[in-house]
Amino acid sequence: MAKQKPEQARTRSLDRRAFLKGSVAVVGSVATVAYPGVSQATNPENLPPHVPEWSQALGDGVDVTPYGQPSTYENTVVRRNVPWLTATPESSISFTPLADLQGIITPNGLHFCRHHAGVADINPEDHRLIIHGLVDRQLMFTMADIKRMPAVSRIHFVECAANGGMEWRGAQLEAVQFTHGMISCCEWTGVKMSTLLDEVGIKPAAKWLLAEGADAAGMTRSIPMHKALEDCIVVYAQNGEMLRPEQGYPLRLLVPGWEGNMSIKWLRRIEVGDQPWHTREETSKYTDLMPSGKARQFTWFQECNSVITSPSMEKSIDGKGFVEITGLAWTGQGKIKRVDVSVDGGKNWQSAQIDGPVLDKALTRFRMAWRWDGKPALLQSRAIDETGYVQPEFADLRRLRGEWSIYHNNSIHTWKINTGGDVENVQLS
Amino acid sequence: MFNCLKRITAVSLILLALTPATTLAVDRLGIGSPVDGKTLAGWDIDVRPDGQGLPAGQGSAVDGEELYLEKCAACHGEFGEGAGRYPVLMGGYETLTTADPEKTVGSYWPYATTLFDYIRRAMPFGDAQSLSAKETYALSAYILFMNDIVTEDAVLDGAGLAAIKMPNRDGFIGPDPRPDVLRKACMKDCKGTIEIRSFARKIAVTPELEKAEAN
Repeated sequence: MAKQKPEQARTRSLDRRAFLKGSVAVVGSVATVAYPGVSQATNPENLPPHVPEWSQALGDGVDVTPYGQPSTYENTVVRRNVPWLTATPESSISFTPLADLQGIITPNGLHFCRHHAGVADINPEDHRLIIHGLVDRQLMFTMADIKRMPAVSRIHFVECAANGGMEWRGAQLEAVQFTHGMISCCEWTGVKMSTLLDEVGIKPAAKWLLAEGADAAGMTRSIPMHKALEDCIVVYAQNGEMLRPEQGYPLRLLVPGWEGNMSIKWLRRIEVGDQPWHTREETSKYTDLMPSGKARQFTWFQECNSVITSPSMEKSIDGKGFVEITGLAWTGQGKIKRVDVSVDGGKNWQSAQIDGPVLDKALTRFRMAWRWDGKPALLQSRAIDETGYVQPEFADLRRLRGEWSIYHNNSIHTWKINTGGDVENVQLS
Repeated sequence: MFNCLKRITAVSLILLALTPATTLAVDRLGIGSPVDGKTLAGWDIDVRPDGQGLPAGQGSAVDGEELYLEKCAACHGEFGEGAGRYPVLMGGYETLTTADPEKTVGSYWPYATTLFDYIRRAMPFGDAQSLSAKETYALSAYILFMNDIVTEDAVLDGAGLAAIKMPNRDGFIGPDPRPDVLRKACMKDCKGTIEIRSFARKIAVTPELEKAEAN
């Protein structure tokens, strides 16, 4: 019985949980949330010198999974949500499991989701995009029309403006999935907005676009023309395949580096105008209330940010010795220039190694070798982007923006390593 | 005349020189179909603060109250106080500088037209775009009445709605002042004592992680 079923995998992780709890009692450390992790072998008969069943029996044929799925042993690597955060799951957010992902690309099934009225179920044959307003020719496009146009593929992150928002008043959530998981990064394919605007011909007075979704929220945001022409893309594919329904199938807008809410999903209409619309999502929401009682409006770009994804609350340290510290950095202002890592709460820093591509407005992977001496440590990462901007401390943001802000938290994050190797989320003064 | 022609020829030569031979010298692809006004009308539902996009018709706060109780109160509360995590619609005045700001239509929203736009496109939750123009004006009027912005006997049409000055109209600032923190990247001996200000485990609100939602 070498082939485990998912239920067995879960039992295994529950065993692991019991194990973790047991170890807490022994070392007197604290771990309130247990994570599925690397476990002991469940069946010694699978280990050398024995020959496991999978080395002898035939496995599934090529026709068993026409669309491949992750291994059943990876069934805890899923998006998760925080039920108390919102009134309903249809108007809510799910988080990407950053600790379990490698490199810079988010698999399509794990891209975080923010819906305001659930996932629209759209037959692409019945989908249309209308562009009108201050244009020479108002036009309607079918999906076939759009796919016929010159295309581009670009790797960009999408990040909700509220990523980290639950941490403004203090450390709150016990997982990197929840502290930073409102970000994902994919290769997006579609038509440049500038190509579509050339097709309709914009009038000289045109300064703004209104982008509108076809979902039951009719999500709308005003987008300044300079950004639309610079790098916005009307997207139909994600990591090589058509968009997932929860990412806006069959058509969405991508506004690279700016708050994710602007990348309107299920895009059905673009109106060209001479002033912003002040929609609900750019007045009542996605504005930054300052301690003065005044709110900043149209704070679009996502500032330079980073987080260590391992070690993290989901990835505790398995004993003294070599540990690779790794994580992600990003900026809505271009490319990442450097990432520094501290293991002493920001007293001293070392520059980490950047691994893999460094792309414009994309996740960037960093790594740093570390030898853990088994003593408590405070791990931090600090990213610097090509504009020279340095990721700030939380105290800097709070001093300017108060404690009850929601959006645009890009502060340096701290993981506390306890003597048992478990990790917790803390904030420093 | 001759000079003029000469100039045109010169300009054409420059243009030819600048156009790479491999690129199609067209500015349009010729893809997409024209849309007539009738087709567009069903989807062109946005409203701007200056009133552009508001439909003909009007509605009263009195009619709005009845509709509100029928279609909105289950989530937003009988008095706009909100139920569960659903948005509070009413009150919150004088709270924007406190540690618990209540951002309601009355205390926070800068434009009454946005209320009409949002109800028209997204409400009632789960039955969007089902209200008539009259109903949407009536609900807008009633929610504004709840917030003491119009009187109980108010009847609103497009011009009336666009003319309302919301209490927090001047509450928004721009342009974006960020980056608002300018730091240098200190590398050595950057800090003295380090104090931990908060621990997530003391809050203990994280959902159980082991339960897989998929598969």
